Amino acid sequence: MTAHAEATHDHHGPPAAHQSSRVDARVLGMFLFIASEAMLFGSFFTAYFFVRVVNPGAPEEWPPEPYHFPVFVAGVNTAILVTSSFTMHWALQSIKRGNRPAFLAGMVLTFLMGLAFLLTQVVEYLNVGFNTGDGAFASVFFGLTGLHGAHVAVGLTLLGMVIIRGFRGHFTPEHHHGVELPGIYWHFVDVMWIVVYSVVYLI
Amino acid sequence: MESPFRSEAAAFRFLLISIGAFALIVVASWINPWLGLLVFLLLVVGAVWVYLRARAPSLPPERIERVGPADERRVLVVANETVGGEELMSVIGEIALAGRARFHVVCPALNSRLKTWTSDEDPARAAAEARLDATVARLSSVGIEARGGVGDADPLVAVEDAVRLFRPDELVVSTHPEGRSNWLERGVVTALRERYDVPVTHVVVDLERDAS
Repeated sequence: MTAHAEATHDHHGPPAAHQSSRVDARVLGMFLFIASEAMLFGSFFTAYFFVRVVNPGAPEEWPPEPYHFPVFVAGVNTAILVTSSFTMHWALQSIKRGNRPAFLAGMVLTFLMGLAFLLTQVVEYLNVGFNTGDGAFASVFFGLTGLHGAHVAVGLTLLGMVIIRGFRGHFTPEHHHGVELPGIYWHFVDVMWIVVYSVVYLI
Repeated sequence: MESPFRSEAAAFRFLLISIGAFALIVVASWINPWLGLLVFLLLVVGAVWVYLRARAPSLPPERIERVGPADERRVLVVANETVGGEELMSVIGEIALAGRARFHVVCPALNSRLKTWTSDEDPARAAAEARLDATVARLSSVGIEARGGVGDADPLVAVEDAVRLFRPDELVVSTHPEGRSNWLERGVVTALRERYDVPVTHVVVDLERDAS
């Protein structure tokens, strides 16, 4: 028998990058970041449910009298944010097809709707009729919605960079990773808002 | 299963599903808070069920670059508990008798899903290493030198890792018989044939028959 074995072969330089996780490293990075963000939101939701459900002194009504949440305004804001996800998706599909005007239009619309959401939330805070010192319910309300608002602000920064790069001629049907990643983040922010709006305002 | 945030398109789909799911939860909660909780729990159970049943997306075919002398066969052997089986030893022996060959044996560190998730992998790796050592020693005893390593618990990932380092021009996969083989049920052999452009030999090892 002439068989023998070697674990290595005649190859110069380091081996090919380890890819067995089957996810692009940049996408994996964004995924892990989003996973950590989900845990952060999870801790805030834990505090919220503790105050509202577990706490022996939890109020009968939510929010406690005489306060109320601006459900309708927040509902309109929700529609705006969800629509921005559609325009984000449209923008990415457009750049994948090489349709630059549609890509730029989609990105600008997404940015404007995100900005409208954030500004409406600021106006809502100014007119909501209670402040963080008015009880635990107010603290968790501002904590949860404020945490989400901060994420929208970060998302707007990312979208702003994509828009600037887009107008400077960056991104092609082959190279659009810089649009894909903010898109993933933006959809995550939308998903979290769906949860926040449902749990805090509606239920 | 595909991660819901693996790509922008996947994240967008996940958003649409979330809207639908939370609309159901909210409506149910308005009817009765306990009904809302029940719908939430049902949706969570449904999501877990879909996650557990979904298969990983198939990967595109890959061409393995040929390396080493032209007259040498580079054989990658992938095996679970069947690694020391008579049928597998017989196939390896036939390849070795046919001409010059290099063997690299990969033993995936087989583990339960729960233990994998909780990073409890040391016993699985130790068991795989013991199987590997025994196999290499047995091959050596009949004049066949082989090397190898412990691989990922997922046989496809273990092969992918080994392929990148060893660059085989033939794969030998050993499994339990049909009906008792988890790998066959998961379509591992078929997936390897679709993935790589080298011959894949499937060896069925019946350990119960070997023992009797």
